[in-house]
Amino acid sequence: MPWDEGLVNSLVYDRPDPNEGRVMKYAGAINEALAIALEHDPAVFVFGQGVDDPSAMFGTTRGLQQRFGPHRVFDTPLSEEGMMGVATGAAMNGMRPVYMHNRPDFVLLALNQLVTHASKYHFMDNGQTTVPLVVWAAIGRGWGSGAQHSQAIHGMLLGAPGLKIVMPSTPYDAKGLLLSAILDNNPVCVFEHRWLMKKDGLVPEGPYRIAIGKGIYRRRGSDVTIVGASHAIELGMQAAAILANERIDAEVIDLRTIKPMDEAIILESLEKTGRLVAVDTAWMKGGVCAEIGCLAAEKGYQHLMAPVARVGLPDSPAPAGYTLEQFYYPDAERIAAAARSLVR
Amino acid sequence: MTIRYPYKGEGAAGFARFGDSHEPAFLIGLYFSMLRIRRIEEEIERRYHQDQMKTPIHLVIGQEATSVGCCAALRQSDLLYSSHRTHGAYLAKGGDLKAMLCEMHCRVNGCVGSRGGSMHLIDKRVGMAGTSAIVGGAVPIAAGAALAAQIKGQDHVVVVFIGDATTEEGVTSETLNFAALKKLPVIFFCENNFYSVQSPLATRQPPRDIHKWAATYQMPSVAIDGVNVLAVYDAVRTAVERARSGAGPTFIEAPVYRLRAHGGAGDDSHTGYRSELEREAWAAFCPVKLWGDFLLAKRLLDGASIADMQRRIEEEVHDAFEFALSSPNPVEADLYKHVYAE
Repeated sequence: MPWDEGLVNSLVYDRPDPNEGRVMKYAGAINEALAIALEHDPAVFVFGQGVDDPSAMFGTTRGLQQRFGPHRVFDTPLSEEGMMGVATGAAMNGMRPVYMHNRPDFVLLALNQLVTHASKYHFMDNGQTTVPLVVWAAIGRGWGSGAQHSQAIHGMLLGAPGLKIVMPSTPYDAKGLLLSAILDNNPVCVFEHRWLMKKDGLVPEGPYRIAIGKGIYRRRGSDVTIVGASHAIELGMQAAAILANERIDAEVIDLRTIKPMDEAIILESLEKTGRLVAVDTAWMKGGVCAEIGCLAAEKGYQHLMAPVARVGLPDSPAPAGYTLEQFYYPDAERIAAAARSLVR
Repeated sequence: MTIRYPYKGEGAAGFARFGDSHEPAFLIGLYFSMLRIRRIEEEIERRYHQDQMKTPIHLVIGQEATSVGCCAALRQSDLLYSSHRTHGAYLAKGGDLKAMLCEMHCRVNGCVGSRGGSMHLIDKRVGMAGTSAIVGGAVPIAAGAALAAQIKGQDHVVVVFIGDATTEEGVTSETLNFAALKKLPVIFFCENNFYSVQSPLATRQPPRDIHKWAATYQMPSVAIDGVNVLAVYDAVRTAVERARSGAGPTFIEAPVYRLRAHGGAGDDSHTGYRSELEREAWAAFCPVKLWGDFLLAKRLLDGASIADMQRRIEEEVHDAFEFALSSPNPVEADLYKHVYAE
């Protein structure tokens, strides 16, 4: 599938200022975070189907088994619910498992353990147990992945109390947020996007953390707020550039974490711009876009100068071919069009 | 109606199989523990209609030998996970009765602060490590606990109580496979009571012996008499030794009979899903009476010592109910505690 590799490779950001840290790939930043966690904490182990195979989860786990041994980095049977339960039980008993999946689609097999057990035990036993568990998966858009290999399921998990959900957009964030997730005493889902894996960015050496639950301004502007996370931010930034040519000044907020969601930063920006475009890599209904829209209606109503716009996936499964994908997945132009319609 | 699932054990004759090597105090202790659980359950049942315990109860009356025999073979540091039918496991593992009854009454002094009710009696201090009301839910979690012990080089073992229906859940197959693969120090203890709520085994599984199915996962798998407390103790002790030595998991199938309904107080055999004849046939092999009669015949117990036990238990149960009923309710702010850990 070289055509698609070419597409992914073409999505390289502008090289950041090389004066701080080192420029490295997003997948490499994740690899570095895992290595640091494994090195610093004997309670950490990394497992999942294929973590030790030659493709090494987009390269994120490359070399880890050789370095830390097969007891700390290991392949699993194809038993998603069972392994999620194993991870939960290990986390309840002093370990910090990182359970990796190639695709979020496979996490759906394990929701009984993730939603009904891991996320609830701390509450159910009145705080006797903590469940410091990381569930990692990369959204698999494109490549003919189709309806069952490209789902972004984070929206349906927003309603599960006890769970945190992290969605980084830069290599710097991928490393810092993953380290925060591993150090967190709650189950944390880290949903990456496959199209970010080869993105370059500045990544400092050594351990550092990025706060879970705090968003960040990626671009300051005064006319309209574009808010989302993960790969949607890349599109949002491209949209802001398009809009700038039309003298529309967009603010872009990267939520970094969608649960808990940084409501304050969204409302702060909305107060300034009065216009809101919620962007996401998943379905618009019942997900991040819907939650942001509801927040604006509930707590930011007085600031709204236009309806909230949502740019995400329609209420349809993903097609497998590029022929239909072009209509399915939003791009920068569609985000820009949504913003434009609010301003004019 | 006929007896669909007859008792196939040897009754009291089965006790002889396990020799005379046990200390009398140990043997008497087993009886006391079983009698205590039985009396606590009967008192819960007697009071249930008063509607002060607003929680769905799942009584273990008839299944005391499995809880007590199993926990007698465990250290306090060994971990126990169970299903929704938790009373026997919690008490046998050393869980506090007052904290249990507070939980039954939804009071803040409950072992989990009123969040669990009857189905989630947890006390990590005594190794009562977790429960699940989703059939099979605790199975992989127990394996995960065993994996943690293995990685950390701890020598405690993990037991998970499951039922016959749990063996139908896919996650149980997944977990047996993984536990055998990794030689985890975990024991799968299957209380086969033949009915899942009111669905008989025959409508859910082809004719098979559950322990033979489990054996295909390349682990020792045994069938024992679930009303024989010594048989339970012996099987679990053997499995514990194996697990502690690093040799891996064991599966134990113990046919037992719940002499009450799946949930709530009283029996429900009259509704027709099982025959009263079948229930009576099993009631004749009540594990508490079977073991008590055996100890009486051995002159390790007499009428006076049993009466003394009864008195101590009545007193404890009475005090615990009083404690629970006079305990405070949780307040609204408690709802938001421990949703997330610090």
